[in-house]
Amino acid sequence: MSGDQPLPQSAAPTTEPGDLTPELIDTDIWTDEMVARAGIPVVPVPFVTVGGGIGSFVTVDYLRIYGVPAQQIVVLTGLDVPWQSYEYLTRVSQIPRTERLRSDSQSRPDNIWGFPSYALSEAFAAKSLKEFLWPLWNVFTEPILTNYFTPRAGQAFSTMEKEMNRIGYLQSVRKGQVRMVRRRAGGGYYTILTPPAGAAPTKRIAYQSQYVHIAIGYPGLRLLKDLQDYRERYRDPTKVVNAYEPHEQVYDQLRIRPGKVIVRGGGIVASRVLQRLIDDRDKYNLRTEILQVFRTFYTGPHGKNVFNRRPGGHGWAYQGFNYPKSVWGGQLKEKMAKLEGDARAQAYEEMGGTNTPFRKDWLEQLKRGRSQGWYREMQGAFDSLRPGPNGAGVVVAMSTQHGALEEYADFVVDCTGLEADIRESRVLADLLDHSGAGRNPKGRLDVNAQFEVIGTRSRPGRLYASGSSTLGGPFPGVDTFLGLQISAQEIADDLARLGFVKRLGPGRSIAQWWRWARNRPI
Amino acid sequence: MLPTLNGRLQSRILVTAILGGIWTLIITPVLPTGAPLGESYKTTFIILLTVIVLGVLWEFLYHFLQQFRWEKDWPTSWGLFTGINEGLLIWLLINLGWIPGVGQVPGWAFVIQFCTTWFLIWAVQNGPLRVPFIRWRFNGGRFL
Repeated sequence: MSGDQPLPQSAAPTTEPGDLTPELIDTDIWTDEMVARAGIPVVPVPFVTVGGGIGSFVTVDYLRIYGVPAQQIVVLTGLDVPWQSYEYLTRVSQIPRTERLRSDSQSRPDNIWGFPSYALSEAFAAKSLKEFLWPLWNVFTEPILTNYFTPRAGQAFSTMEKEMNRIGYLQSVRKGQVRMVRRRAGGGYYTILTPPAGAAPTKRIAYQSQYVHIAIGYPGLRLLKDLQDYRERYRDPTKVVNAYEPHEQVYDQLRIRPGKVIVRGGGIVASRVLQRLIDDRDKYNLRTEILQVFRTFYTGPHGKNVFNRRPGGHGWAYQGFNYPKSVWGGQLKEKMAKLEGDARAQAYEEMGGTNTPFRKDWLEQLKRGRSQGWYREMQGAFDSLRPGPNGAGVVVAMSTQHGALEEYADFVVDCTGLEADIRESRVLADLLDHSGAGRNPKGRLDVNAQFEVIGTRSRPGRLYASGSSTLGGPFPGVDTFLGLQISAQEIADDLARLGFVKRLGPGRSIAQWWRWARNRPI
Repeated sequence: MLPTLNGRLQSRILVTAILGGIWTLIITPVLPTGAPLGESYKTTFIILLTVIVLGVLWEFLYHFLQQFRWEKDWPTSWGLFTGINEGLLIWLLINLGWIPGVGQVPGWAFVIQFCTTWFLIWAVQNGPLRVPFIRWRFNGGRFL
């Protein structure tokens, strides 16, 4: 072969300099020469976190507090601020900044110590005696006399913003879309970023790091088949909506003329949608009728024995938070950590299932609706949806315990929150195909107790993951504020064992907390 | 905090011994014991020790009761209110003369010592302890 002839792999006609080459795409473990041949600029940095949401933020917060300088961390993200996606999802699913999240008082993404708790902070920021005493009374008497204290969404976001500025988080942020993470021959990883068009001279930038952390959140929303079919067949995105999509038009329409709404689901989002519908009904004297459809209908407390009974009734299963509270540090955390394979999947099944918190105001609204006849609940599974007579409204065909049934409604608000398979994410699919990552018993990314992705080690480097894409691992509460902190702490401690950073002992922890309390930058 | 049984025992013993010990050192001189200081210290420290020893037994009962709760949790207020049953039991034992080394103790001296110590330990375990020990709350209250 003559020397002039270009190598077939690196000179494919579609590849411009600085872009991925077929050679790179097809090779699991990259050498430095391959990357250089492709003309992709390489940026060396010890620690890369991919995602840039709350998972990345909390992990960076830990590392910064443990003592890693901001220059040694790069956050690769398409987000402007870490809570951007989270705030979008909570807002459209009817939790604006003034409403309360479903999160414990001590679970603060802006504070690794969880002290003072949200309740304490809210009390000390109060402007009246009542506002001061209420949060304290609430956390003291929860969950017996009062419902669990939960922070307002706005409090969570504004405190995160303060911490983001304190630790100089934005210094580490590099905007763009992450395409893949591959192992590097000789150790560590290459993370390929596609910066926004025009922002860099090349199409891709390769971040070469010893450690990579992946926290890209929910791979996406999956709609149930009946809903997808309706959308595709009738091209109508307005009368049948998923609660995680913007659907303000439903509430607007109901204010213009009375209507009937079918709410499907029995989770927190269904609760919030019902609250919005009923609040509007009360506020504007509307005549909205509501039918709620539960696939699994609980008539009372349920569970396999007296030691495992979850409260329930009127269709709902009640639970303070996404998981029984002891998964974040108590008995269930310890129990789950010991389970593997099917036994683990089974345990997830037992404590899982859709549920919603027990909140007195919600119960009161539904009770009122039931007695006045404008709210009812039923068991049923949707078979199909079709437009109503003359194109008005929707007819839902359902299977129930008592046979088939059709219900007419002006709107259907679907509150099922199915998550897409992790393959929907390009980065995760690439990890499965090229980097040795596997799936756990729940089908998500398989991580060990230190949140290292099993099978992806590239000595002396390590690849970690946290957040919802790792659900199903030895620690269950991964997709929660506190879960992200537990993961971040495990990762930071693992990195301390590897000598990347010094472990945070009691003395330094107190000193760092004192800095936090006075809002002193790190 | 949501403790495991092991965590409950470790926290109970260490926090009561260390923090309770310091507090007992501070508060004993001002307690209305009516006894010389040396004698008072002996009494208050034996009472503190009794809180630990009996507490270990109580913890098994609390752990058992937790099993009936779906969340396997222990509401914050219960941690404070269990001081009532524990305090009453110790007071009863003192009056029956069943605690070796402790004679007659004036009621107020006992109430002040027990209640302040209990409250302090409860308050510290529900927040400030997380500042030096960042792993404690995620480990079910275990230090080791």
